[in-house]
Amino acid sequence: MAKLTRSMIYIPGNSPSMIQNCPAFGADSVLLDLEDAVALAEKDAARDLVCNFLSFMDFGDMMVTVRINAADTPYFETDLTAVVPCKPHAIRIPKCQSAEDVLRADRIMTEAEKANGIPEGTVKIHAMIETARGIEQAFQVATASPRVTALTLGGQDLTADLGVQKTKEGDELFYGRTRVITAAKAAGIGAFDTVWADVNDNEGLLEETKRMVGLGFTGKAAIHPGQVETIHKGFAPDEKEVAKARRIVAAAEEAEREGKGVVAVDGRMVDAPVVKRAHHLIELAKSCGMEGA
Amino acid sequence: MKMIKNSIGRLVPEEVPGLGKLAPYAGPFSRVINSDYQAPRMAAPMKAVPPTRSKVVEDIKTAIKNSGLENGMTISFHHHLRNGDAVLPLVMSALDEMGFKDLTIAPSSLTDAHNCVADYVRKGVISRIFTSGVRGEVGKMISAGELEIPAVIRSHGGRARSIEEGSAAIDVAFLGAPACDPLGNMTGAMGKSACGSLGYAQVDAAYARHVVAVTDNLVDYPLMPKISIPQYLVNQVVVIDSLGDPKKIASGAARITRNPVDLKVAENAYKLVVASELLAPGCSFQVGAGGASLAVAKYVREYMKEKGIKGSFGLGGITGYMVQMLEDGLFEALFDVQSFDADVQHSLLDNPRHMEIDQSWYANPINRGCQVHNLDVVILAALDMDVDFNVNVMTGNNGILRGASGGHSDTAAGAKLSIVVAPAFRGGVPSIKEQVQTVVTPGETVDAIVTERGICINPNRKDLLELAAAAKLPVKDIHDLKAEVEKLTGTPEPVEFDTDRVVALVEYRDGTIIDSVYKVK
Repeated sequence: MAKLTRSMIYIPGNSPSMIQNCPAFGADSVLLDLEDAVALAEKDAARDLVCNFLSFMDFGDMMVTVRINAADTPYFETDLTAVVPCKPHAIRIPKCQSAEDVLRADRIMTEAEKANGIPEGTVKIHAMIETARGIEQAFQVATASPRVTALTLGGQDLTADLGVQKTKEGDELFYGRTRVITAAKAAGIGAFDTVWADVNDNEGLLEETKRMVGLGFTGKAAIHPGQVETIHKGFAPDEKEVAKARRIVAAAEEAEREGKGVVAVDGRMVDAPVVKRAHHLIELAKSCGMEGA
Repeated sequence: MKMIKNSIGRLVPEEVPGLGKLAPYAGPFSRVINSDYQAPRMAAPMKAVPPTRSKVVEDIKTAIKNSGLENGMTISFHHHLRNGDAVLPLVMSALDEMGFKDLTIAPSSLTDAHNCVADYVRKGVISRIFTSGVRGEVGKMISAGELEIPAVIRSHGGRARSIEEGSAAIDVAFLGAPACDPLGNMTGAMGKSACGSLGYAQVDAAYARHVVAVTDNLVDYPLMPKISIPQYLVNQVVVIDSLGDPKKIASGAARITRNPVDLKVAENAYKLVVASELLAPGCSFQVGAGGASLAVAKYVREYMKEKGIKGSFGLGGITGYMVQMLEDGLFEALFDVQSFDADVQHSLLDNPRHMEIDQSWYANPINRGCQVHNLDVVILAALDMDVDFNVNVMTGNNGILRGASGGHSDTAAGAKLSIVVAPAFRGGVPSIKEQVQTVVTPGETVDAIVTERGICINPNRKDLLELAAAAKLPVKDIHDLKAEVEKLTGTPEPVEFDTDRVVALVEYRDGTIIDSVYKVK
């Protein structure tokens, strides 16, 4: 199964103490941010700092990504050409609204890889969808380049673009979220949900995470280390569900051994998609470190 | 000074002019288990105070005149008033004005409120210092070599032992008393300058030749409902305006830290405690006053509540957090030698299960059973540690004295599971060194060092290693962790000391000398 991406901790790219401590927070992945977290006056310093850290620090098992500045800023190209040679796992591109937005970055990344003797396609792209246009073009963005391995949702910007308030219930984001998920699944890539801004409300975060996992997201943003464990809890499948999944898989294997076409569990017929989902659930449970999974 | 190596390889003096003959450290229980060691008990002479209805005298100077104090004698104070203490400075100022010289001071510790001691050393009023802690100006003064006779650093248990055996024979004890009646019955649990337990002062009162109670709250006889130090141990009572700044005496309730690194350290320590299987019914533990150490209590409390575990006692160093756990029914009792915050006072006064204990009961190893010897788990903080698990809580990264021995070595020796918690580095300086500057707590009494980047288990605890591995905890070899951190921070250069000049001795709880502190070059 692919590397876990349940939690992604956002770290400001201009904070050396936070970058050096981030491996200790237990997140599956990290986003070193050169964009929104960094003031204009610090853009170049942050870029230098992040490149330095990428070149010597051991991030452990975490997947390391860097969010660069958008294409409509003067920093876009410089960010790409500086960061790509440092070989983060992926670069997050803000405001992707079309295939061309992805390809623009892809071309610069290919040049940078060539110039540094890195095999083409090594550094991946996580494309941010944060506008109405981006939502509508989600599938085009997802399939624009083999580098794209995830779509991520920018909830704050999207609600602003839609001209609505971002609420805890999240009705206004429902279409945007499910569209991103569907497009990502159709393209065979990951889908990451947006931030939960209230760092004091971990109960609300847990509830939202569970719902997002239920919708199909494969990762969620953490803006504070205290959110990481809650997000992991939200991803952990229910123990009863896992036990049931084990019974389904066992029944399916038995049916196959006995040459029976139909699988029955707890007196009910269970067909192929259900067995497939059961397998998936057990894999997820195993990777979450659930006992006896 | 002739120096010899003690059992952990540290050089210590055999004899010091002004202190006498010394014994080198020979293991944490060399005088406790399988040992014939004993020392005479040096009590104060029995001398009557004629019947009176009031021991109140006019002022400090009168009390000093009446006490029979002379040059060269030993005086003591307690530090229960912490950074708000006005008693020590007041008494020292009077002694200076009266022309006293060459005194030994033996406070239970020195705090940020006691910087004046540095000047009194320079003036010749003070020539010897026995203390648990040294801070600020006093620390700088000693590290600069301005104190002729080396200071003696003692743990809480060690101080009690030294008073009882007479190596710190107190002539006059000046004890701040937040509530006191005219015959000297006193307590710290009431009053505008309330400080909670008077555990350290109780030993002074029992053994000093002469005891002066200093109060800003004289109550009608008899002091009720609590007497921590009874009248028959007190010679005189002095009333002053204020014992100190109440805000600095009893800080606001100790809060659980929100620092993510400290919380991660605490989480790792908690996981180790759970894996040790010591969090069982009837368990006992002690945590520190803040930071990662106190945060462990939060995780332990949730676990105990969830599993319905009732512990036997909490010990300390008691904070409001521990009081809440007592009130939650998670402990049968709290044993309190020092109360850290304002939330503790009501409990000490009202709850019979909140026991005030003296310093000897707490941690003196040479008695019939001190409390730390019954402890299951202790979580300790540290300035830095080394690859042999030795811990330094006395000297800073610049070599200057700036910490306190406190109950560190006492609890580490006594507890079944002693865990030292610290972030892997502070301000760019690694916490794990090749060799600590100053050993206060020997590695043989430290079972684990826990950081946010991993748990290091002492190789002499193979059982704990197995339990931690079985629980899939992030165990790392201490040398690997050190190397991992130094990749980020670099390797610090050792501080340069003038090793010909010993400025302080670190005395282990049993009276042997575990390390020497040298003058900073």
